Amino acid sequence: MPKRRLNEALGDLVEGLARWQLWVLLGWNDIRQRYRRSIVGPFWITISMAVMIGGLGYMYAELFNQRLDEYLVYLAAGIIVFNLMSSVLTDGTQVFISSARAILQAKAPLSIYVYQMIWRNMLIFLHNISIQLILLIIFQVKIGPSVVLALAGLFLIMINSIWAAILLGGLSARFRDIPPIVASLMQVAFFLTPIFWKRENLPNREAFVDLNPFYYFIEVVRMPLLGQIPPLRIWLVVAAMTCVGGLISLVFFARYRRRIAYWI
Amino acid sequence: MSRIRLDGVSVTFPIYSAASRSFKNIVISATTGGRVGKDRSKHVCVQALDNVSLDISRGDRVGLVGHNGAGKTTLLRVMAGIYEPQEGRVEIDGKVTPMFDVSLGIDPESTGHENIVLRGLYMGLSKAEILGKMDGIVAFTELGEFLSLPVKTYSEGMQARLAFAIATCIEPEILLLDEGIGAGDAAFLAKANQRMAAYIESTGILVLASHSEELIRKFCNKVILMEHGRVLWMGDVDEGFLHYRQTMSHEIAPARDEPVPLAWVT
Repeated sequence: MPKRRLNEALGDLVEGLARWQLWVLLGWNDIRQRYRRSIVGPFWITISMAVMIGGLGYMYAELFNQRLDEYLVYLAAGIIVFNLMSSVLTDGTQVFISSARAILQAKAPLSIYVYQMIWRNMLIFLHNISIQLILLIIFQVKIGPSVVLALAGLFLIMINSIWAAILLGGLSARFRDIPPIVASLMQVAFFLTPIFWKRENLPNREAFVDLNPFYYFIEVVRMPLLGQIPPLRIWLVVAAMTCVGGLISLVFFARYRRRIAYWI
Repeated sequence: MSRIRLDGVSVTFPIYSAASRSFKNIVISATTGGRVGKDRSKHVCVQALDNVSLDISRGDRVGLVGHNGAGKTTLLRVMAGIYEPQEGRVEIDGKVTPMFDVSLGIDPESTGHENIVLRGLYMGLSKAEILGKMDGIVAFTELGEFLSLPVKTYSEGMQARLAFAIATCIEPEILLLDEGIGAGDAAFLAKANQRMAAYIESTGILVLASHSEELIRKFCNKVILMEHGRVLWMGDVDEGFLHYRQTMSHEIAPARDEPVPLAWVT
């Protein structure tokens, strides 16, 4: 791998970040377009999420013999964080394909469109997280300063979103089967990840949880939101995934960045 | 100092058929080995540019002529840095302003003002720079109150005015144009023509791909004649068109009746 290519790839990521005025505006426009002329606007995202959490929470609390208040805050945090990761990955597959027109018009850092997509999903997440805050207030869940750790967890999710979107976006531009594959995998992952259920519910099949990358990313945000501190093991796994994934994606980006314009 | 130098540049487009774009086929070819794999690596390629060498320096106003598919747009995109060629060297000295699609980044749901900002950001300006140019752009469009309404409420002519005004608000060093910039209704034409002429005048280098001889004669002092991805000839405009007609005469009928960009019809 020539050093020049690596520098160009890193330069793309940095220059893209510097064009924040563009991707912030594009991200806003994406959301506005979806909810244009509806009365509550982007809060439809929140409402549909709240309906889902309320409905499922009420039913599954009984199914799992859980206290409704404890179960609801657990479920809400899980669904909201998983929803963020799931949409980042499915949107990530489209990140270069859907910006093809702009990419072919002028030379600009490709990472702009990655940041735009992550920013858009962060905005949706911020709408959704209000549900969690309301639940925490209603049920008077005691959360201490550990909540700050949730921000750190969220930051790690964002960093990982960047490498995942570059990798998935680039591969999807070349192989058009990847978007539907990712979409169906995310559906399965929703049920295989401890969101409705807890790790303790699965004493004999812990591998299902321990080998599931989503589990660790959910825990770094969910546990602090519920007033717990994630154990070191969780942080280490997340850090390892960040480094390994980031490295693979960087090498991929350095190698194929200039081909993406030909693929889209 | 503006300059464009291309040295032995070749660009090949792989044509991914649905078959080779599919991940499944690659997985299968890995497991079956041999035959399917061969099909994959043999996907059709189109040679869009073939060993192109050029040297364009400050003051050059270059018209790119050639038939459809001769490689004009690809060459412009290489000059813009969008396609990095598989072979050869590209040296660009100066800030390139590609103007291929004036309506890029026009969001129909946003207002005229919002679109001016958006388009400016796409062109690499900062928000502060755009706001500084806002008054000039607003005045030029003559759209007045309409600029506070969503662009989807505009007539096509009004949209063209807006796009044209934003696109031409900067002073380019190297300007790349693919065909014309449409500017809408006749009333606006004279004004647009004037601005276009001044805009082109202010640039260090102009490269304009067009089928319109009139347009190229008006703005260019050099011609590059392209065919099948190669540069056949580069030099004086009159001689260039002489060569162009010769190449056309032993080919199928040329696309002479392509629409001439409105802004430049006088």
